[in-house]
Formats: sequence, C-alpha cells, structure tokens
Amino acid sequence: MKFVEQLGAKALAAVETLGDYLCFVGTILYWTFRGPGRFARRQLLLQMFDIGTLSIPVVMITGAFIGAVLAIEALPQFQSIGLAGRIGSVINISVVKQIGPVLTAVMLAGRVGGALTAELGTMRVTEQIDALRAMATDPTRALAVPRFVACLIMTPVLTVFSDVLGMAGGWVMAVKVNAVDNAEYWLHTREALDLYTINTGFIKAFFFGAAIASIACYKGFKCGPGAQGVGRACTESFVLSFITILVMNFFVAVLMNALAPSGGGMF
Amino acid sequence: MQSCLIRLVDLRKSFGRNVVLDGLNLDIHDHESVVILGPSGTGKSVLLKHIVGILRPDSGQVFFRNQRIDNLSERNLEPIRKRFGFLFQGAALFDSLNVLENIAFPLREHTDHNDSQIRAIVADKLAMVGLSGTESKMPADLSGGMKKRVALARAIALDPEVVLYDEPTTGLDPIRSDVINELILKLNDELHVTSIIVTHDMTSAFKVADRMVMLSRGKVIAEGPPNAIRTNPNPEVQNFVLGKASPEDLEALHRNK
Repeated sequence: MKFVEQLGAKALAAVETLGDYLCFVGTILYWTFRGPGRFARRQLLLQMFDIGTLSIPVVMITGAFIGAVLAIEALPQFQSIGLAGRIGSVINISVVKQIGPVLTAVMLAGRVGGALTAELGTMRVTEQIDALRAMATDPTRALAVPRFVACLIMTPVLTVFSDVLGMAGGWVMAVKVNAVDNAEYWLHTREALDLYTINTGFIKAFFFGAAIASIACYKGFKCGPGAQGVGRACTESFVLSFITILVMNFFVAVLMNALAPSGGGMF
Repeated sequence: MQSCLIRLVDLRKSFGRNVVLDGLNLDIHDHESVVILGPSGTGKSVLLKHIVGILRPDSGQVFFRNQRIDNLSERNLEPIRKRFGFLFQGAALFDSLNVLENIAFPLREHTDHNDSQIRAIVADKLAMVGLSGTESKMPADLSGGMKKRVALARAIALDPEVVLYDEPTTGLDPIRSDVINELILKLNDELHVTSIIVTHDMTSAFKVADRMVMLSRGKVIAEGPPNAIRTNPNPEVQNFVLGKASPEDLEALHRNK
C-alpha cells in the first residue's frame, strides 16, 4: 500500500512540476511578445554572443567529424552494391535533417544549458533573484527572456555551421580520400536535398533551442540551496534537455514528414 | 501621533515543520528607524522579506499605508516594491554587471531617463555612499564593505520611502561596520526615509535605532526605545543585549561533554 502511495505522490509531484514549467514557459512567451524592457534588450546581444558565437568552434568540430565518420562507415556498403555515388545523398540528408540539428542541440544543452542553469542557480542562492523581485522586476522577464530569445535565434544559426562542416567532412572522406566521383556525389545530393528537407532541420533546431533555454532557466530558478543544489540543478537540466531533444526530434520528424509536399522519406 | 506606514497583523510562517513566525504583530511609523533584534534563526530576515512580498505568510496580513499587500499578485506588488529599497545580507549585486550597471538597473527598468541622466544619478548615489569613481569596477573586485555600500546605492536609486537592511554589518570589521552605521544615519537624515534594520550587532543597533523590537521564537518579546531595551528585565533580552549565553545553552554544552 505504501508503494502505491509513494508512486501516487511522485506522479502528482511530476504533474505539478510539469504544470509549473508550462506556466513558466507561458510567462516567458508573454514577456517576449509584450516587450521585456530595456535591461533585457541590452542583455540579448550579450547572450547571443555567449550562447551562439562562443559555441561555433565546438559545433563545427563535432559536425565535421560526424560527417566524416558517416562517410567511412557507410561507403563500403554502397561500394559493395556499386552505388558509391549515392553516398552523397545519404550523408547530406542525414546531416541536414538529423545529425546537424540534434548534435548542435546536444552540444548546446551541455555547453550552454549547464552554464545557464549554473548562472541562474547561483543568482538564486546568492539572493540576486530576490533582489530583482525586491526592485519590482520580474526575474523571468529580465533574465529568462533574453536567454530564451538568444537560444531561439542562435540554435538554427549554429545548426548551419554544423550542417556545413558535416557536409564538408563527409565530402572530404568520400570524394577526396575514397575517390567517389565528385559530380555524381553532388548530383545525387541535389536530387535528395530540397528546400523542405533543409528547413526541416532548421525548424527542429528552433524547437530544440526553445527547449534547452526554457529547461535551463526553469531549473536555475528552482534550484535548491547551496553548491549542492546548483550542481544537482545543472545535472537535471542537462539530462532533461537531452531527453527532450530526442523525444522532440521524433515528434517533429513525424510532423514534418506528414506535412511534406512529396510525402517525404521516413524521418 | 505618527502615521502607521507598515502594519503586520498576526503573521505566521512555517517552512516544513519549522515555525519561523508565530503570530507576529508589529507597527512601523513614518520616518522612524526601527531595529529588529533577535538570535539567528528567529525569523528576522523572513520578516523583512514579508514586508516586500518576497515571501508570503501562511496566515496573517501585511499592510502598507493601510493597503493590504500580502494577497497582491507579483504584478500588482510592483508599484509598492518601487517605494522600497532592500539591502540584502550578502549585498546581492549582479556579478555580471559592473557597479554602474548594478545601480543603473532599477533606473533603466522603471524610469525613462536617458544614459547621461542615469550616469549622473549613479554618480550622485555613489557619492552619497562615499564610493565616487568606482563605476567601472566589477563586484568581484570590491571588498565586503564596498559591496554593501554599492548595494545600498542601488537600493536608494529610485529614492524609496522605506529602506530595509538585512544584517548590514554582518561579516564586516568594526571600522567598516561603523561606516555602514554612519551611512544609515546619513540616509535617514538626508533622504528622510523610514529604516528597518535587522541585525544582531548590538553596537550597530544602539547607534542607529529610534526603536528596537526583539524577536524570539517568531514573536515580539520586547519593544521600545533603546534605553528601555537596555534595561528590560526579561532575562532573554538581557542575555542578548549583554551577549551572554543562557543558562540552558551552557547546561546543554556541559551535558554533552
């Protein structure tokens, strides 16, 4: 009986947290559209630099190597059936639709999500968030909105860097190292990679950015006392963002395929 | 008879099983300097946070100028909060902003002043706390006492009616503590604010108080002008004023030997 009771209590707590998180996201959206004030507007460019510009090298390096690995793993299979030239379409669709946005989001969840949670969590335990409230300022408006908007804008931009380097990595391994015909490689790529496919990746990135920023800010605002509380909030923030990215990736893929003009390929 | 500025009525607040405020009643009048005393953990800071609605009571009421504020939404509380300045125990300066931007924060949020007007106000507030020329310093570059003075400059940036001080001298050496005490007196004098100071530093308390209120176990156990508190017959008050451990505390120490 006690087990059922505990299970019920945990389920209720989870539903309560979800409701609280959704209210938090609602407040962010309300202030984003209503105008978050002078301070938040000044913070936006700084946050875009921190979240976006400083993440470019990490995203480029990981993108390039994943593209390269895709090429060397898939090429022998294609060569064995005499379709080596088709590898271009496989690598580039994988990079643009899946690997680019997901990898960028995962890197951001680690690099930016953790840092946002740690920063806001530390502000909470050192009473800086209380100080904002005492100065008649909604902390969600002043702190969460610029971080959220910066993430929304910069995640698709970073995805471009990841996509370009991923495509470059795959091309180098396929064409330059393994002598796949260059013209054939790009011909198949062009056939497979339409604007809808490219936009699918960017739409995913947009949703991932929203999820990373809102989860990181929520966890920072709700973090427990002391250094242990901040540490725990950072871990929870990353794990939750990571899971959300993968789950969201599935549902956005299903939705985008359902909406695809030509019926679209599976994911 | 001075008008009642803040009225706390039968305030109760618990955190889990820990009862922090237990039916507390208190009136604070215009332009007075009230020191709230009490041992650590008796709810002094919690009381201060109830006055600006950072914490909400489990039951009881908080009035500001006869308007009930404990049941207001965060948005409706904002106009009230602009009339308060709050000096936090750890200063609570924004780490990522320099001194200028910290003090400019409430001005940018709540006024239409342009950059040069804001700079002029910040310079004026910094001069008031004796820290002219420190605008470009980051909080990490400031000593504990300087941080509190910058935080005080930020607290008075919007010319509040009431300034709340949460342990303003804690963690400072006696000389820096006295600088803060002098600053509180100067602000009372020049800005004609009402000051509510939470402290357990008796030197500071006797220097800045018009009236003292002593809390214990979430209730007011003594209240009056400094001399009345100094001569209060309650042994708990006497032990606190003289900085003496109570016989019960001593017995507990020896029992554990």
